[in-house]
Formats: sequence, C-alpha cells, structure tokens
Amino acid sequence: MTAPAPHHGFGSMRRKEDARFIRGQGTYVDDVKVPGMLHGAILHSPYAHARILSVDTSAAEAHPKVKAVITGAMLNAMDLAWMPTLSNDVQAVLATDKVRFQGQEVAFVVAEDRYSARDALELIDVGYEPLPVVSDARRALDADAPVIRDDVEDRTDNHIFDWEAGDRARTDEVFAAADVVVSQDMIYPRVHPAPLETCGIVADLDKVSGKLTVWTTTQAPHAHRTLYALVAGLPEHKIRVISPDIGGGFGNKVGIYPGYVCSIVGSIVTGRPVKWMEDRSENLMTTSFARDYHMSGSIAATRDGRVLGLRVETLADHGAFNGSAQPTKFPAGFFHVFTGSYDLRAAHCAVTGVYTNKAPGGVAYSCSFRITEAVYLVERLMDMLADELGTDPAELRLKNLLKPEQFPYTSVTGWEYDSGDYAKTLRVALDLAGYDALRKEQAEKRARGELMGIGISFFTEAVGAGPRKHMDILGLGMADGAELRVHPTGKAVLRISVQTQGQGHETTFAQIVAQELGIPADDVEVVHGDTDQTPFGLGTYGSRSTPVSGAAAAVVTRKVRERARLVAGAMLEADPADLEWEAGRWFVRGDRSSGATIQEIAMAAHGNVELPEGVEGHLDATTVYNPPNLTYPYGAYICVVDVDAGTGKVTVRRFVAVDDCGVRINPMIVEGQVHGGLADGIGMALMQLVAFDEDGNHLGASFMDYLLPTAMECPSWELGTTVTPSPHHPLGAKGVGESATVGSPPAVVNAVVDALRPYDVRHADMPLTPACVWRTIQGNPFRPDLAIT
Amino acid sequence: MKVTVNVNGQDYERDVEPRQLLVHFLRDELDLTGTHWGCDTSNCGVCAVWLDGVPVKSCTVLTVMADDRFVRTVEGLERDGELDPVQQGFTECHGLQCGFCTSGMLMTARWLLDQNPDPADEEIREAISGQLCRCTGYENIVRSVRWAAEHPAAYDAPEMTV
Repeated sequence: MTAPAPHHGFGSMRRKEDARFIRGQGTYVDDVKVPGMLHGAILHSPYAHARILSVDTSAAEAHPKVKAVITGAMLNAMDLAWMPTLSNDVQAVLATDKVRFQGQEVAFVVAEDRYSARDALELIDVGYEPLPVVSDARRALDADAPVIRDDVEDRTDNHIFDWEAGDRARTDEVFAAADVVVSQDMIYPRVHPAPLETCGIVADLDKVSGKLTVWTTTQAPHAHRTLYALVAGLPEHKIRVISPDIGGGFGNKVGIYPGYVCSIVGSIVTGRPVKWMEDRSENLMTTSFARDYHMSGSIAATRDGRVLGLRVETLADHGAFNGSAQPTKFPAGFFHVFTGSYDLRAAHCAVTGVYTNKAPGGVAYSCSFRITEAVYLVERLMDMLADELGTDPAELRLKNLLKPEQFPYTSVTGWEYDSGDYAKTLRVALDLAGYDALRKEQAEKRARGELMGIGISFFTEAVGAGPRKHMDILGLGMADGAELRVHPTGKAVLRISVQTQGQGHETTFAQIVAQELGIPADDVEVVHGDTDQTPFGLGTYGSRSTPVSGAAAAVVTRKVRERARLVAGAMLEADPADLEWEAGRWFVRGDRSSGATIQEIAMAAHGNVELPEGVEGHLDATTVYNPPNLTYPYGAYICVVDVDAGTGKVTVRRFVAVDDCGVRINPMIVEGQVHGGLADGIGMALMQLVAFDEDGNHLGASFMDYLLPTAMECPSWELGTTVTPSPHHPLGAKGVGESATVGSPPAVVNAVVDALRPYDVRHADMPLTPACVWRTIQGNPFRPDLAIT
Repeated sequence: MKVTVNVNGQDYERDVEPRQLLVHFLRDELDLTGTHWGCDTSNCGVCAVWLDGVPVKSCTVLTVMADDRFVRTVEGLERDGELDPVQQGFTECHGLQCGFCTSGMLMTARWLLDQNPDPADEEIREAISGQLCRCTGYENIVRSVRWAAEHPAAYDAPEMTV
C-alpha cells in the first residue's frame, strides 16, 4: 500500500505532518529551548509507605548550579502541596506527611542544566520511618490493613467507592433459572501506556506581564489550562498551554502531574523558565497506570447456547490517590458496557475502589474509559461458556450477537448502541482467517501433540464522550469547539480543541473541511495544541477526536458553506434558496453555468459586493459540538498462536482484525491506528506488566523489566473492513483510536487458552509470559500482579 | 574534555563533561533535536544514530567516545535537498504516527539497505528489533523499508565509514 497524493476530501492520502517528522524537524516538548531556561529534577521516595521525619535540602541548595530546591513544606506554605485529581480526590504534589507509593514525589530541584539538577538530588537527605504496606488490593480492606489516606480526617480504611449498574435482583432471577452458569476470577493486571516520549513541561512565567506559558505533553490543553487556573489560582486568561508535537500519549498525557506543578512553581520562584522531563523509570513508576481490575465474573445461558445474563464483582485498585480520569458520574468509567455485543436479559456489575500503596491512575491506556476491562471480561466468559457447552466459540457468538434490526439498541445497563451489523463483521473475519481450515489444521496438530490455538473476540466500544449533560470532567462539559476561517483567496484555517499524539489530525481534519467545502486538503491549515489559538474543548482521549471534534469540524464547515450561499446569491443576483451546492461551488438551480466557486465567493465576501441585509461579510464561522450520544465502533478479531509446551513460549502467528468504525475519513490512518492497537494487545496479553512485591517495590520500572512488543513479536496484521455509519454523527464516523487496544487482548488470551485445551486449562491471567504459560500447564499458576511465588 | 566530533559531515569542537551522553551532545550542544531520547537503558532505540557508519544507541555512548569519529543523524539523511528513499518510504507507506521513533528507525533502515539492498520482511523486522514503536505495530515500518528498497536513490551511499 502506498498512499496517493493529496486530494479533495475523504480517502487515503499522505499525512501533512510527515514532512517534518521524517526530517527530524518535529518539535517535542524536550526540543523546546527558551532563553534562560533552567532544568528541574524530582526526588522520589524509595519507600512505598513511610512517614517523612525530615527533609534536609541545605547541601543541595549549596550546589553552585542549583537555583532552587522546592519541598512539600514550601508548597504547603503556598497552599499548593496538594492538588485535585480528575476523580475529585486530592493528590500530593510533593509529600508533606507521608509517602504513599514507591516513586512518590518528595522534592524538586531547579538547576542550570539537567545533569546538575540530578546531581543535587543526591544531596537531599530525607529521613523516613517505613510503615506497613498494602501492595495486594485484596488485602486493602482487611481490618488490620494500614490506613493509607490518613491525610483525610476520620478516614479509618482504604475504601474509596462502591458503584453498581444494572439490575441485581433481575440478574439473580435470570441466573437462578439458567441451565448453565460459568464463573471465573480474572485479573486485568496493571499496565502502563509507555509512550516513547515521556511526560514533561517547560514552564515560563513572565513576571512583567504575569503570563504563564507552558509547553507540555498534554492530550487536553484546554482542560489543563482551566485546571492550572483552579489549582494554582492563576488567572485563566494569563495562562497559555501549548502542546507541541506529542510523542505518543495513549492516555498517559491526560492527567496533570506533580512535575508540571513543580515546574510552574519553579518558574515562579526563580523567575526563569523551567524544563522538566521524566526519565523512563519516573514515567513507568509515577505518571499514570492503567487497569488493575480484579474481576469475578459469571455468565448464564440456556443449554442450547442462548446467553441470558452477566454479572461481575470487581475490586478496583486505584493506588494511593484516586486519580483516574473519566467522566464524573462514572467512577468505574464505562465498565458497565460489559454486556458487550450481545442481547442479554439482565446484567449487573458492582465495583469497589480501594487505595493501595501504588501510583495513582487507572484510566490511562487507550481503554475508552475501562471498556478494555469490560470487553476482556465478557469475551473470556463467552469462550469459557462455549467450552462448557461444547460449542464452537464463533458459533456461540454468531448466535448471540445483536442483530441489525435491533439498533438503536438500549442495553440492560443503559447504553444506547447507535448502529451495527455485527454478524456480517464476524463473518468477514472468519472468512479472512479461513476459520474452518484453521480448525482443521489445529485438529491435525493436536493429534501430533502440537499446541495451536485460535482465539476470537468481538467487541463493541462506546467512544466520543459527551453529551455534556451526562459527561463532564471536574465540571467541564465534554463538548468541543471548532473555528473555520476562509481567507479571501479561498484558503482555510481550521482551529480545533483536540490534540494529536500521532493520530494525524493535521491531515484528517483538513480532509473533513476539504470534503465539506470542495477545496483541496492542502488548502486547509489545521491549528491545534495552543490554547491561545484554538477554541475550548476537552481534548483527545477516549477516541473522542473524530466523534466529537471531527463532527465540530463538519458542522462549522457547513456553516461556512451556508454563509457562502448567501454571498453567492448576492454575486449571482439569485435567491439563495434557488442555489444548489456541488463540490466547491454554488450554482443557480437549473443553470450550471451560472455559479461561483468557493474561492470566488470568499474573495467577494471580503470585497465590495453588496451583501444582503444581515450578512456581515467574510465566511468565518464557529461552533461548539455537543454530541447527542456516544458512537459505538465494533470489530471482530481472530488470533492464531502456537505454544511451545516445553518453554511456555507463545508465538502469535496470525492476527485478523475486521473493524467497523463507520465512515473512514482517511482509511490509511485508520489502518495505522488499528495496527498500533493490535501490537498493544499482544503486549498486554503476553508481555506488559507492572507488578509489585510485598514491600510495594515496583517491579517494572524500566524497559528491561516492562517488556513492550518489538517487530519480532508482532505478526503481519491482516485487516478487513465493514462500514456501518453512525446515524447521529454528521459524517457517519465513529472513532477508532482505541478499538484494537480494547478488542485484541481477549483474542490473544482466548487463543492461548484454546491451545492449552489438551491440559484442561480453563483460564490463565495476563500477561501470558513463558513462565506464566509453563506454570499454568503444570497446574500451578501464579498471580501476575504480585511478585512471582 | 575537548572533543572534535564530525556530525553529518561537519566538524564540531566542544568542551564537554566526560560523562555527557552523545544524545545530549547532539540535542543540547548542537541543537540537532531530530535524535530523541526515550528510555536510558538502550531498549527503545529512539536515539539511534550512526557512529562510524554503524547504528548505535546514542543514550549509551559518551560524547568523548565519539571524539575524532563520524556521527550521522536523521538531519544528515537528505542529500542536496532530496529525501533519502527511506524518508520517502515512511511517508508513502504511513510508517510513522507520532514521529518519535522515526528518526532512529530511519537511521537503522538506511544502514540495513546499505548492507542489504533487497531485504526480506523478516530481515527488516530483525534489523529494527532493537527499537520500539508504540504507534504503528511495525507493519507499515516494514512496508516503508520495502518501499525504499524498491525505489533506490540515484546517488551512492555516503563515505562516512572508516
């Protein structure tokens, strides 16, 4: 596949942003240099839980290149030692009383260069009194568990919340009447998104103007600006957040981290710009994690394979501060979409959140607000049910998938799925994989004692949050603005609120304007990632960009087109109601020769054509798009693995992925998004893990321990497409950024468990490392989230 | 310590700390920020550059080790304003998304094609197996390198080895 040259509208085209990246001319935060810039470094706690007895910074302050040393006590004096989290909890910026996870931020050094800042960390002397540690979420609510959050008055336990969805009584009835019930405890272990660019900031407070400019790794620049105003008490119009090129985000760059706040304080204290970039260990240990769900799930069905109900009790490990990022109403994110792609009679989910001595986070890795966990649960249970019933897992799914005529479909937990033809998509995947032939090959191999597995998953996502009345983050409604200017020569500038981290917004958003206005995509400049230059919006996460901001771009372009109709009417001396649109021009109905191109109209709109009453001139327009509903992309994935019984090594031989994300603006980019997510799925299913020992030591703090898939672990992906437009999105698009990350892990695990059927294995927890698979084969599995025992 | 490092055909004389990493020399001293930094432990490869014609991870090379030697970075890939075929291949085949790993991937890809002008997909995968990409799932990187193999440039490989 090679992409064609730039053109009008939708279709694969080369990305505009590539030109700078292939020349090494991108500008990432660490590439930003400001005159007089200093460098910050953070001192982290070596303990997971300890009382701070003393912090002596005198030797560090005496270092000739150190300009400031900031401690929790100093921040306390400025009322900045604690900051609000995105879940209405608070998090220590720098520890004052205790440290509550290994790697917690204790002090911040500002020095003339990055090496000196690091040197000075060694000169800070902190006295700690170690305390008992909660590193196992299942012990967090024990009566004798140490209370982690004793900063909160009267707190006597580590309980954060209980939350439920669905109808418990009805679900109990359905389960009681069912022929078959299959239950399984499973862990979706803690992982980290680990974008290759770590998090960082350059903070520059201009003392004369009082203006704070920050260049920072954020997926949500506007939300960050507002939060800085609320946290630091700075006037919002004096804060400019610039999110330059971002080296991958995947959710890691949604939150506000202590290093950001410290850098801003550092700039206030020193009067100079301060840069702080995490190193890799800091990234893996402190700034956001994902998952850590301990789920006990059950599925109920009739003997002939009609799925009736689902229920799950979940223990959610949120770490030491509840900092997970999701709409306020939903402390477990969208986990209650866990009924998946099936038509059920009843379902119930209950989630209990607990504090542990681990880093805060939780919703942070291409998870569509916990739909990763939900899809994993239901797709594992579907496979186990198929096994119990002696049915082929593809047949069981085909029998229970929602049917096209059921859409819009309201699920038993309250979601309104917009559109789908699920069985068609699964059949495309089965055909692409050659499913029957694979099963035949598997039978032959089994007869020879070879372990081959075929795993299926079918997922439905809910992406593109709001609407604002149901969805907000810290009170900020989830709607996004867009502004479109059309210059006199017909060239356009689109300003959007969302922020690319590699998704190619500069290209796809230009294509949306091009499609709607009939001008070349190259004639559209997309401005983003700068709060002084773009309209407010909540940013890019939860696959929001196309469903929300893409819709805003379409709506604002249509507004421009309607303004152009009025101007064209004046130019052509025709009633605007008598004009018809074709790509790039208005013409008089019935007389194609009498028309005006958008470029001619743009010039006239800025010129001396007499405009009708009420038409202001120019063509510029703005909008705010408040989505009426989420969009529901879906897909069918099939994974084929070979397992070496002697070593436990899993090889992913093939991976077939058929995605339906509605209308595709740039199919090349969509495929790229899917490819990346599939690699994530293999990583999470087979390799990636953040585990802890009993002392709360983080066991995955570098890429030598936190293993990410390379080109050797990834097969050549085999993709297919179906297109079922969203009925409520102006372009029919649904969003795809997280689909493959959500949908692929269960396909891999189902394949491995399928391969291990000769050993009577029903389930194995991720990641399915050689050690895990080997121990599972031996009938002696271990808990992946704790140190191997 | 005084060093003279030839980077992309030009000599740079600098006085550097003995402990300074080559990646920081390139980025902070020479403002060649196309070479990125990602992990500290030689695992991610976003810092890959050529040292005397061989790809190395510049986060694990001291600047002083590059004294009197030749370094080539992504900024040295273009020839007389013409993109190297690997650069063109990456944009033709969507071999990059966020762009952070791209420079290192390009340097390894150029080296591979200089050694092996017609590599099989498996050879391409092996060549980049010391480098991580979190966006592309590698498929389009392999295709991009294949594209470059099929569209070689008219010019000769640069004389940067010793």
